[in-house]
Amino acid sequence: MHRYEVLFILRPDAPDDEIDKAITQMEGYAAAAGGKLEKTEKWGRRKLAYRVRGHREGFYALFVLEGTPHTVSELERRMKVADAIIKFLTIRIDEEQKRAAKRAELRAKKLSRQKPKQPAPAHASSHQAAEAGQV
Amino acid sequence: MNGKRNGKPEARGTRSGAPTTSAATAGRKQYFRRRKVCKFCDEKIDVIDYKEVKLIGQFISERGKILPRRLTGTCSPHQRLLAVAIKRARNIALLPFATKL
Repeated sequence: MHRYEVLFILRPDAPDDEIDKAITQMEGYAAAAGGKLEKTEKWGRRKLAYRVRGHREGFYALFVLEGTPHTVSELERRMKVADAIIKFLTIRIDEEQKRAAKRAELRAKKLSRQKPKQPAPAHASSHQAAEAGQV
Repeated sequence: MNGKRNGKPEARGTRSGAPTTSAATAGRKQYFRRRKVCKFCDEKIDVIDYKEVKLIGQFISERGKILPRRLTGTCSPHQRLLAVAIKRARNIALLPFATKL
């Protein structure tokens, strides 16, 4: 089970309730394909950086879900077919988050190690503290 | 012996922040600013999110190109992450691929 992030853009010219309907439909597809939705975000209308299928504006929505690669390919297939969705991007985020958590941990450890030794002058530890300060 | 005296100063790729003021280098704007620090290292940002357009957008030129490290002062690991984030943002129309000047 991996964590994925799916950001997709819907046609802005549809009325709001249709957009909501399309989003809940996608949620349903994701769940049906074995995914567990962790977060749904609706960003609303936004100006696009370039024209997509003739549109200059789009309605952005975000899913964060936990699932298998099969879940993702199913969801993407549905998105490709849906008329309301004009662009989508799926990203796997568990590796990235693991790495970030690791870095944050290392940094916290480094800080907790250096702090008590800092006042000691002309010591091997002060050289370490200087190095930590450089980063 | 001043090693920097041979030929034009820019041929040497000097790393000094202050541009040498001589007639030969007039109009040369290529010198990068004083040792900028990597913004991400400084603020201890671990994840460069493609969704944060305000942050990412600082690192692209007016034409939408990704700015080189020597202009932004970003360190190499963060520059690589930044490039990935910019490319993702481009793909989902949060940033342009190219804009006309």
